[in-house]
Amino acid sequence: MKNRETKKLVALALSAVLALGMLAGCGGTTATETTPAETSAETVAPAETDAEAEAPAATGGSVYYLNFKPEADQAWQDLAATYTEQTGVEVKVVTAASGTYSDTLTAEMGKPEAPTLYNIGNASGLKDWNDYALDLSGTPIYDERVNDDYVLFDENGAPKALGYCYESFGIIVNTALLDTAGYTLDDIKDFDSLKKVADDIHARAEELGFDAFSAPGLDGSSSWRYSGHLANVPLFYEFRDDGVTEQPATITGAYLDNFRKIWDLYITDTSANPTSLASSTGDESEAEFGNGKAVFYQNGDWEFANLTNPDTFAMNPDDLAMIPIYCGVEGEEKAGLNSGTENCWAVNSQASEEDIQATLDFMYWVVTSPEGTAMLAEQFSGIPFKHAAASNNVFGADASEYAANGNYTLSWAFNYTPNVDSWRATVVTALTDYSADPSDDNWQAVVDAFVGGWEYEYNVVNG
Amino acid sequence: MKKKKKTNDGTSVNSWLVRRPIQRWFPLFILPTFICFMIGFVWPFIQGIYLSFCNFNIPKDAKWVGLSNYAKAFSDSGFGHAFWNTAAFAVVSIVLINVIAFFIAYLLTQKILGANLFRTVFFMPNLIGGVVLGYIWSMIFDAILKNYNTYLTSNATYGFWGLVILVAWQQIGYMMIIYIAGLQAVPGDMLEAAKIDGATNAQTLFRVIIPNVMSSITICTFLTLTNSFKLFDQNLALTGGAPSVMLNGGKVNMTELLALNIYSTYNINRNYHGVAQAKAVVFFLLVAVLAIAQLTATRSKEVQQ
Repeated sequence: MKNRETKKLVALALSAVLALGMLAGCGGTTATETTPAETSAETVAPAETDAEAEAPAATGGSVYYLNFKPEADQAWQDLAATYTEQTGVEVKVVTAASGTYSDTLTAEMGKPEAPTLYNIGNASGLKDWNDYALDLSGTPIYDERVNDDYVLFDENGAPKALGYCYESFGIIVNTALLDTAGYTLDDIKDFDSLKKVADDIHARAEELGFDAFSAPGLDGSSSWRYSGHLANVPLFYEFRDDGVTEQPATITGAYLDNFRKIWDLYITDTSANPTSLASSTGDESEAEFGNGKAVFYQNGDWEFANLTNPDTFAMNPDDLAMIPIYCGVEGEEKAGLNSGTENCWAVNSQASEEDIQATLDFMYWVVTSPEGTAMLAEQFSGIPFKHAAASNNVFGADASEYAANGNYTLSWAFNYTPNVDSWRATVVTALTDYSADPSDDNWQAVVDAFVGGWEYEYNVVNG
Repeated sequence: MKKKKKTNDGTSVNSWLVRRPIQRWFPLFILPTFICFMIGFVWPFIQGIYLSFCNFNIPKDAKWVGLSNYAKAFSDSGFGHAFWNTAAFAVVSIVLINVIAFFIAYLLTQKILGANLFRTVFFMPNLIGGVVLGYIWSMIFDAILKNYNTYLTSNATYGFWGLVILVAWQQIGYMMIIYIAGLQAVPGDMLEAAKIDGATNAQTLFRVIIPNVMSSITICTFLTLTNSFKLFDQNLALTGGAPSVMLNGGKVNMTELLALNIYSTYNINRNYHGVAQAKAVVFFLLVAVLAIAQLTATRSKEVQQ
């Protein structure tokens, strides 16, 4: 009797808890309607500030920006604070830890207070998030763009994500060391002249005290410079020849011999041991260049801050230049740098109307106001907006100069890579094997990883 | 042998006077933990099973797709490879960790100088996080292999044994502590009796000590089994699954274990979130079945004191 009573009580309690759990599970959705209203700043001082008057600020919404670049986190936080101070509109900036952006975005988008402004990296990222990306056509921020180079369009041709900065990579040169070795930048015009200079420096490395290329490390912290960035060169030329404008199902690898040429140069004219590249890190390579032990260093304009920072390598900006990655392709004397972006703003189309408006106003303010443009110029090298402030990044300036001189820009063809991390891992494995033993058979494995891997990953992603 | 159940004399904890209020009110005391358990475990678990039948980017957008996720999961050659990797790894590490941990525990329960110091030192690797260990050991292995003009991720064998060494190094100390506790609980009179009866050291070990520490062996093999199957951070940090190669028209990460395979599947794109979830459900079933089977098997050998 007693026992049965207890059982009843337990059953009752359990079902109560179960119901509670369910309620808690569903509770999230009911909260959606109420929260934006709560957070909306009623105390807003509407667009009475001078310069920003054209931006119809403060309609009651708020902004939640999920930032992609950890290194720019503080700058965004400060800028957001300034904006809130000027307009009263609440701007929350959250930065995902390095390498966890897609996880964080997925988690945050599932919450009632989802990000209103977030980052989409490339076309396949847009496929994942198309349902959550607002069509930006006709918005003031969209009309501020310089051209369509850094815009992501969906399958129907609607602009859904807008690049707010672009980056360039190539071969960073220490011109002071180049001078010591008896050369100038004018001596390097194409692959053959680059090879001549590099071979000569490598041969005299002991006497000069520095080598040609910094270590082409294939550790995870460095391998993206080759499986991603260097691979862009053969991909770009192939896609240019074939007129590829969207992710191809297969590639031919037409320029892989050129890829091999430049890679051979990297692993030959360097002080690094080609059999230990697998554990050679990006920091080692950077330090080698930063400390004047190498003339050439393949990387991008984001390195500028670190190389010139007085607390790290304290290099003189005047000694730095960036040249194109030459690999023996016809007409490459007219090549420019590899420029593109994986920093594209998308506005959450499922946010409330007030929040969308507040977000668009904030974006417009960032690319037009003195505070916003100054911050962009300081943090990022290339800004594709009409009111961009000048940047002191010499690599960014080099990129613009090449373009201004009529050289063609190598766009980021690698943005088409299917299942990019997996594809790169296979290429890195093959490339590491090849570096340890540069035989034709091992190169064939690189080609297989490159071409065969592409087809395989394409089918994985689209299958 | 089990002792006869104590009779209620009104003073023990089993007394009716103490037991009755507890019986009546225990749901109230369990409630907070139970709520946490429901929210933190049961609900996500049920949702996880549901999501394995869906295509989703964010859980709230889930669309029912039936069994297609499971079909994709089983047709992935990398998943099969990861399974055999994991199975081989589990067998090797269960044997290695338990034998060595037992041996060290046996030594450290003898009267040797500084036994406590050794216990502390052997236990310490267990306090370091798996990711940190992975990176540290990858440096150690690469530094050694450099002398032979090769590197850790050059082939699957190095990666596999590297992982075995790492995990053994990390977990032996923990299992050792459990074995020490077990060994110390072996009744002294039994050992004495064995000695008087003229048992050799080996006989004492296999006939007296091991049957008496069977419960520790159960716990340790259970822990090493589940730990090996669920191994993730060490795997990610040591090799990250490399080398990855194209094999028979499919792609295989040679040193990838199941958990890492599930993780990388999730990150392919939104169509694979459900596939990863399906793999995770399969993975759960596998670990659950193995663990239960293993528990039943070793439990039957335990002796009651």
